[in-house]
Amino acid sequence: MNQQSYFPEVLTLQLIQEQCNNCGLCVMVCPHEVFEMKNKKVHIIGRDFCMECGACKKNCPQGAILLDVGDGCGCAAGIIQGVLTGTAPTCGGPNESSSVMSALKI
Amino acid sequence: MGCSDQHGDAAPSSKLLSIQPYSSDRPCGCQTVNHGIDHHSDRTHYVIGAIQTSAGAIPQISSRLKLEDELGAFMVRWGIRRNHFRVDPGLYAVGTPNERSDVMVTANYKFTFDMVRQNLEGMNVWLLVLDTKGVNVWCAAGKGTFGTKELINRIQLTSLGKIVQHKRIILPQLGATGIAAHLVKEYSGFTALYGPVRAADIQAFIQTGYKATKEMRRVKFDWYDRLKLIPNDIIYNLRYFLALFLGISVLSGIHTTSYSVQQVLRNSIPIIKIITVGYVAGLIVTPLFLPMIPTQNFSFKGLIIGILFSAIFFLSHSLNGSTLAQCAGAFFIVSLSSFLAMNFTGASTYTSLRGVKKEMKIAVPIQIMLVVFSLVLFVLDMTN
Repeated sequence: MNQQSYFPEVLTLQLIQEQCNNCGLCVMVCPHEVFEMKNKKVHIIGRDFCMECGACKKNCPQGAILLDVGDGCGCAAGIIQGVLTGTAPTCGGPNESSSVMSALKI
Repeated sequence: MGCSDQHGDAAPSSKLLSIQPYSSDRPCGCQTVNHGIDHHSDRTHYVIGAIQTSAGAIPQISSRLKLEDELGAFMVRWGIRRNHFRVDPGLYAVGTPNERSDVMVTANYKFTFDMVRQNLEGMNVWLLVLDTKGVNVWCAAGKGTFGTKELINRIQLTSLGKIVQHKRIILPQLGATGIAAHLVKEYSGFTALYGPVRAADIQAFIQTGYKATKEMRRVKFDWYDRLKLIPNDIIYNLRYFLALFLGISVLSGIHTTSYSVQQVLRNSIPIIKIITVGYVAGLIVTPLFLPMIPTQNFSFKGLIIGILFSAIFFLSHSLNGSTLAQCAGAFFIVSLSSFLAMNFTGASTYTSLRGVKKEMKIAVPIQIMLVVFSLVLFVLDMTN
C-alpha cells in the first residue's frame, strides 16, 4: 500500500454500518484509501492511514461516519501559531507556499 | 481595475443564500456587472479576452504562464506581497466554452489557479474560482473557506445556471473536506462530482467520462514530493536562521563582568556552523529520509538525525572549542533538528491534528530542555 501511518491509536474514525446506504462517496473522497467498496458494501480497510481530514464525514448524507475532526490541520507550526495568538490552530502563514500541498492540490 | 484596495476582504462571500447585488454599495466606479468577480487585485494579466454568454461577458483566461506569473511566484516564496497573491473570485473561461462545457471549481490562491489553468490547456471549460482568501484548496477546505456556503453563493453570484444548460460541476477531490456535495445539490441544484487530487489528471478524468482511477484519488508523498519541498522550506526558514544567529551572537558577547564585541565576532563562525548543521539535519535530511527513519513521531525522527549529526560534529572537532562549547553546540543541534522536523508535519500529507498535538506534548518540553542545557553550557563556557 506504501502509505504511512501516524499515531493510529488516537484516531476517532468509525463507520456505522446500519446507517450507511453504501453510496460510496467516502470511498471516493478519501485521500488515503481508508475505505473500500466490496460486494456493494462500504468497509474500512485502512483505518491506520486516516488523517482525520473529515472529507468522508462531510460528504456522508446519512451521517454514518463518526469522526472528531477537530479545529485545524495536523501542522505543528499552525498549532504553535494558534497558541501564540490565542486562537485555533491556523495555517494561514506564508508557510503555505512552502507546503507540498500547493504542488499537489488543484 | 482601479478599485482594488477599497474592497479588500469585505467582499460578500459566505452568507448562505444571502446574495448581495453586485452593482450596489461599491465605493468606487467598478459597478459593472462582473459576475461575482471580486476585485481584490490588479493582477489580471492572465485575462486575454471575453466570452459572451446569456448572462453577459465572462473573462477568458490564458492557460499559459507568463514571466509575470513566475515572478509573482518567486516573490511570494520570499514572503513579499503575499496578500496580493490571490485571484479575483468568480467565473472564468478557458478556451471557448459554451453552455454544454464542463465547470471546474478551484481556489483563489494564485499558485493553485496557475496550476489549474496550465493543466486545462487545449480544453474549453468554465473555471469557477471560489474566495478562499488566497489559500490553496486543501488548507482552505480544512478551514471551511473552500466550503459549501461559498460554493452555493458563488454559483448564484455568477449566474452559472444561466450560463450552462447542464447541472454538473467538477470539484477538486481535496475540496471534499470543506464541501458537502449533497447540500450543494439541495441548495443549488448542481451535482458536484469529485475530480482527481492533482490538476495534472483533470484531462484524463474528463476524457474517461468523469472517472478517476485509484491512483488519481490518492495523495502521495514520495521522494520527489519531499524533495520539491526542501528549497521552499529552506527559504522560508532563512529568516529564522538569521534571527537565531543574531540572537545567539548577541548572547555570546557576555563575559563575566563585561560585554565583548570582539567575542561576538569570534563566536559568529562557530554559531553559524551549529545552526547550519541543525538545519541540514532537521530541514533536509529528516524530510528526505522520512519514511526510513524509525518512529512515526516527526520530532523524534529529527532528534535521531540530530543526534547523528551532532555526533559527527562532535567527533570531527568541527567547533575547535572547549568540550563544554562542543557539548553546547551538540545539544543545540539536536533540539533544532527535532523542532524543524516537527514543523514538517504541516507539509506532510498524512498527519492528523490529534496526532500532532500528542507528539508536541512530549517533544516541545524535550526541545526546550535541550536548548536550556545548551545555553547553560554555552554561558558556563563563556564565563570560564
